[in-house]
Amino acid sequence: MSRLSEAFSAARAQGRTALVCYAMGGDGDTAALLRAIDAAGADVIELGLPFSDPIADGPVVQAAATRAIAARTTLRDLLSMTSGLRLRAPLVAMGYMNPVESMGSRAFARALREAGLCGAIVPDLPLEEAQPVRDDLAAEGLDLVPLVAPTTPKERAARIARTARGFVYYVSVTGVTGARAALPEDLEARLAELRAVSSVPVAVGFGISRPEQAAALKGKADGVVVGSAVVALHHERGVDAVAGLVRSLRSAL
Amino acid sequence: MKEMPPILSGSTVAPPDARGRFGAYGGRFVPETLIPALDELEGAWNEARGDPRYREELTELLRTYAGRPTPLFRADRLAKALGLAGRVYLKREDLLHTGAHKLNNTLGQALLAKRMGKRRVIAETGAGQHGVATATVCALLGLECIVYMGTEDVRRQSPNVVRMKLLGAEVRSVDAGSRTLKDAMNEAIRDWVTNVRTTYYCIGSAAGPHPYPVMVRELQKIIGEEIAEQIVDAEGRLPDAVVACVGGGSNAIGALHRFVREPSVTLYGVEAAGHGLESGKHGASLAKGRPGVLHGSRSYVLQTEDGQIAEAHSISAGLDYPGVGPELSHLRDQGRLTVLSATDTEALQAFQTLARSEGILCALESAHAIAALPQVRGALIAVNLSGRGDKDLGTVIEALK
Ligand SMILES: Cc1ncc(COP(=O)(O)O)c(C=O)c1O
Repeated sequence: MSRLSEAFSAARAQGRTALVCYAMGGDGDTAALLRAIDAAGADVIELGLPFSDPIADGPVVQAAATRAIAARTTLRDLLSMTSGLRLRAPLVAMGYMNPVESMGSRAFARALREAGLCGAIVPDLPLEEAQPVRDDLAAEGLDLVPLVAPTTPKERAARIARTARGFVYYVSVTGVTGARAALPEDLEARLAELRAVSSVPVAVGFGISRPEQAAALKGKADGVVVGSAVVALHHERGVDAVAGLVRSLRSAL
Repeated sequence: MKEMPPILSGSTVAPPDARGRFGAYGGRFVPETLIPALDELEGAWNEARGDPRYREELTELLRTYAGRPTPLFRADRLAKALGLAGRVYLKREDLLHTGAHKLNNTLGQALLAKRMGKRRVIAETGAGQHGVATATVCALLGLECIVYMGTEDVRRQSPNVVRMKLLGAEVRSVDAGSRTLKDAMNEAIRDWVTNVRTTYYCIGSAAGPHPYPVMVRELQKIIGEEIAEQIVDAEGRLPDAVVACVGGGSNAIGALHRFVREPSVTLYGVEAAGHGLESGKHGASLAKGRPGVLHGSRSYVLQTEDGQIAEAHSISAGLDYPGVGPELSHLRDQGRLTVLSATDTEALQAFQTLARSEGILCALESAHAIAALPQVRGALIAVNLSGRGDKDLGTVIEALK
């Protein structure tokens, strides 16, 4: 079984919903940030690969990517940093298609494996275009985690779930990443539908920032993703504040 | 020619394939949230283009509102001023309502939006011509209009900002990245991801995810079809060469598409060389880019070694873009498209030459096509004059100081 899927089962065996946290690579001291998130109890960590034109991201992640690029972060530097980290939680890369294509998806897959990552999430790579990248990742034993959106019709969601490895990422809101005051009313129903057709765990993300929101999703999904809240808190208040948030999110789940 | 050729005529058996691929280029590289909307759009478009009522309505508006057919003008004094041996004809898209070819596309797309029951229309704009053309058709059809524009373009194309507002559109300035067309398009895509159920995204070039590149081409190909008929009327034969400037590629594919199947016609696309092709400050994606993924499709992209999108530069906002549409990318790889370029300085020079020799103030975008004429081979040349220069007077005054 994939390390990503296992992380969800392990949380479940402890009666918890898994906590997935996102950190932007190269925005400040990423090694310290990843260690802190890991130690505070995240079950899976998404490592954001900075991209100049992140069309699926809201202002918080955009600003972090801009800072990371201004600090001359490169994909290779980021990966060589993570390879020495030895975290408990599995790491999955989250990045856009152009840098993957620029490197070549085979070389990208190899570089991820060598750095100890378990897979990738590529938000601008939908089902119809995904196969070459999925195959190249699979050849290295890595997972391509696909996304399902609120606008995705049922049978399409089932087709996407069939291709999924590691987990499926359900996007909770029609929109870009970033905190939301409220989540859609039909979210629970959509999650139940997706879990019914998916043989891999289902994580829900986009818009979730507070422990109360996470608590409301406990048991409704296999995992809950918190991204922009981590990125913003890290930038404004540093690593210790992030560790506090991660602990309170974990205990809410 | 007094009548325009039938709109949306001819076969589309040519590329793209069912997935929107022109050879290795095109496709759909967008967030999953948008895929169902693109499917819906593709279905609505295929239905509309086969519907005689849609075609009649569009034809009527192109004729009576936009001013089609536009003239083809023999520019002898320009040819002489540039020292050209052959004849040059200018396709006068600058005379189209709102002053550029952009209206061909926005009329077709706004009628489609209305058919689809979408009353909120968004657009990105660089030079502001597409923004103005979108605001115009939204006023005409009673649709809400929001236009995203980079703050740098808001500054240098301010007359068009005023025009959009007068037409009832809301202009949202985008202060990210290079603050130009690329960033405006990012923000428009984010708006669409957020409001996809109610909103029609009117893309202004032959770029973006499938079906936009083919849809925009189908709406713009009237330019080349008119050129073919008009030049045969005037000269009894097809041209040896057709020339157009290339930003995202809509006026170029519009002018060139009719001639792709004519082996005797050489096709030229002129990109912005900015400060020079070796300066790193230009918009020459076809000449200097690498295949990549930007704004929803695979095409030539200006990028760093690490795969970050590079900032483009051009004196003309409409060519200041690090990408280009997939069909032109494919034609380039096939060797069917000859790629040329003109620097900022050369475009400014050509702008003045055209003004003084023929009494036409053209858009700085179109001036790039004029500037490249000395590199074009052939005794009979047609150039697409994609727009007029009113919007650029501030930039030109500043540059000539
Ligand atoms: C007059 C004019 N020509 C050309 C362009 C470039 O766009 P495209 O390459 O899509 O024709 C623009 C874009 O704003 C324009 O306003």
